[in-house]
Amino acid sequence: MQYQVNAMGKPCPIPVVETKKVLAKMTAGDSVTVSVDNPIAVQNLLKMAGQKQLAAESRTLASDHYEVVLALTEESLAAAQAAEPAPACIPDARAKGTVVVLASDEMGSGDPVLGKALMKAFVYALTEQDTLPDTILLYNGGAKLSVEGAATLADLKLLESQGVEIMTCGTCLNHYGLTEQLAVGSVTNMYAIAEKLMGAARVIRP
Amino acid sequence: MNEQPIVFCKGGGCTAKLGPGALAHVLDKLPPFTDPNLLVGFDHSDDAAVYRLTDDIAMVQTLDFFPPMVEDPYIFGQIAAANALSDIYAMGGTVKTALNIVCFPEKMDLNILGRILQGGAEKVREAGGVLAGGHSIADSDVKYGLSVTGIIHPDKVLENNACCPDDVLILTKPLGVGIVCTADRVGQASEEAMAAAITSMTTLNKYAAEALAPFAPHACTDVTGFGLLGHLNKMLASRCGAQLHWKALPRIPEALDYADEFLLTAAAQRNRNHLEGKVEFQNIPFAAEELLFDPQTSGGLLVSLPADRADEALAAVQALGLGCGIIGRVTREHPGIICVTE
Repeated sequence: MQYQVNAMGKPCPIPVVETKKVLAKMTAGDSVTVSVDNPIAVQNLLKMAGQKQLAAESRTLASDHYEVVLALTEESLAAAQAAEPAPACIPDARAKGTVVVLASDEMGSGDPVLGKALMKAFVYALTEQDTLPDTILLYNGGAKLSVEGAATLADLKLLESQGVEIMTCGTCLNHYGLTEQLAVGSVTNMYAIAEKLMGAARVIRP
Repeated sequence: MNEQPIVFCKGGGCTAKLGPGALAHVLDKLPPFTDPNLLVGFDHSDDAAVYRLTDDIAMVQTLDFFPPMVEDPYIFGQIAAANALSDIYAMGGTVKTALNIVCFPEKMDLNILGRILQGGAEKVREAGGVLAGGHSIADSDVKYGLSVTGIIHPDKVLENNACCPDDVLILTKPLGVGIVCTADRVGQASEEAMAAAITSMTTLNKYAAEALAPFAPHACTDVTGFGLLGHLNKMLASRCGAQLHWKALPRIPEALDYADEFLLTAAAQRNRNHLEGKVEFQNIPFAAEELLFDPQTSGGLLVSLPADRADEALAAVQALGLGCGIIGRVTREHPGIICVTE
């Protein structure tokens, strides 16, 4: 799988921190392309790649645009395992089976303006978590969050680029006349929604 | 939702310094000033300027200001002031007057500015100086510091590059505050590590300077944005070399862990680039290298003094309570090169 991290305009160590989050869920053969806007950030990324024994290359696209591609190989995985002694008890920190349900474009009930602002902040905060959900389901008013012009769109796209499955209810998009405007993830149906919810270890509904 | 909230702390302190390479490039193009009374100026790359007024009194001048590196405005004020005052101590001088330098967003709560200035004023008072005025401008980000004037006897100026072969090098504060503040900014520093960093950054170098003065130091500088190796490199001035032992480095213990997590600043990498070919690492861990390049805000004094009373001198600094140590020695061999071993 190929991942993307857009760290343009972000000061060190943010490019490295965001890349590490993606690296944590990569498997052998995966790669991540990190965009940064200065050569020092490139050096800091390559320094990390050197320590983690990742295959790495960088290219200059413009004087304020650089790309670093880091690839996880069998060798780098083996090196990582050799470097870290196995702990006695391994807690599963991957938040496997976590599904986030966004059933409204507002968070909580009360003032709608506040509710929308809170929802935008929640989706942003999701992008900053150490462990990300497997899936985000959007239905009813939530379908307004994944379409063109939605304030939450950029953050949902970021989550998708990091491997989070984004699924929006087709009936709901149709109901609000937004079918053509869906801008991230895929359209889903009630059968799939029911299956995702039944199969979830945890359902988070803000 | 269009208006972004003003962020107080974006990662500042001495990590916000311009890189040493970029700076030298510009400074080299300035016309040189010649005045026999200017004892220490640009060409010395020293901590502060020294100008002789009479045969007995020279004026020491410095200024330093930067963006916040901690969330608490009062602590930021203390740190910025301790950092600015430090240059006077690094020259061996006594603080006399200080002027505030302030950049502050018009839309931000003025109480925050009040707390910053309060923290700064308390440090000036602790230094025995007088806060005599200042200048403030509206800016998009917060920046604060001081212009400080001190005095010194013209014959007792402690230059930063007058070290001698076989001198012992003492560092008076723990390394790693840059790494710890960077880890804190991304929510990954422990409370203990951050508390240790704040204690170190808010401590005036006055006490270490006073404690070491009786041991006749040859050279002294304060370790700030260019990191330990950057400032040591200036101290050696291509005349001497240095041998350091990384395990002897006083440090905030967690800083090594955070370096292993790559919570590193751009400034540290610029420092590394600038010293390419001037440092030899012999079998030392990656995190220790990063500690040596880590930009320090309000860092300790790096003092080069005769070896015969080194243990006594170290004991005098240890009594102050901060992490400190004899980190290595000045060598006649490999001039301009710093060797770091176990």
